[in-house]
Amino acid sequence: MFYRRLFNVPTWGFNKTFRDFDRFQRQMDELYGALSGGALPMPSAGVFPLTNATEDSDNYYVRAELPGVKSEDLDIQVTAKGVSISGERKIPVEGNNVKYHRREREAGKFSRSINLPDDIDVDKVDAKLENGILTMTIPKAEKTKPRQITVS
Amino acid sequence: MTDSKAKEIQVKPKHEVTSPAEQTKPGVVFTPSVDIFETERELTLLADLPGVAPENLTIDLRENTLTLTGEVAPFERANEEDILIEYEIGKYYRQFSLSNVIDQSKIDAKLTDGVLRLILPKVEEAKPRKIEVNT
Repeated sequence: MFYRRLFNVPTWGFNKTFRDFDRFQRQMDELYGALSGGALPMPSAGVFPLTNATEDSDNYYVRAELPGVKSEDLDIQVTAKGVSISGERKIPVEGNNVKYHRREREAGKFSRSINLPDDIDVDKVDAKLENGILTMTIPKAEKTKPRQITVS
Repeated sequence: MTDSKAKEIQVKPKHEVTSPAEQTKPGVVFTPSVDIFETERELTLLADLPGVAPENLTIDLRENTLTLTGEVAPFERANEEDILIEYEIGKYYRQFSLSNVIDQSKIDAKLTDGVLRLILPKVEEAKPRKIEVNT
């Protein structure tokens, strides 16, 4: 994805190929990371939650994995250029008499903002939280949508 | 400010399983993060499985080996193009071996908001019993 952005290669038709390439690239990075002692496996802002953003001709889609986060603990703000997601992941205390064998899940606050490449329609943003995945559908502003022009 | 208020969640990249057993389908396999704790009566397992619908989760317990497999249905549409990709989507797989004898008939599993809560009650003999001594 980094290379695609850098050289501004048109992605039509090559999407699958590039995805495979990205994956290969990442695996190589991981290998180097393992050899030289630690590198991030994926390009990331290093801020929780990890976020994926995609687009089609009408909308942007922002997705984040937030298992165990309730919708009332989530705060989403929309500006003309992007969205910000903040909230808290709570893990309730499980009584005093418990003995932990594993404790890998983490609780805490988070806050992250994502800038989108172009203007968005602030009034029509839709967000849903399903099976621990937040999906935001963000319509592009009318003026930035691609327009079909008929040749007369 | 209390401790829990000040703490911020750190990013933890998803951990890919290096050699999953019997990998027959293409795709990435991740290890879910879990909490396991024990009381006198039961063992509770909490697992983060974002994107797994209840019908796509398989829990298998045989000969004291517990296997969790969660399939994630792809939710991106074909005509979407990537802008920013920080995590990959794949299924979840993890195995545990249980030391205590579990009462298989009373296992209770709940999957809410992408978190599995699996309650494994111990069989009667494994529960501690207080024995009264009579004189």
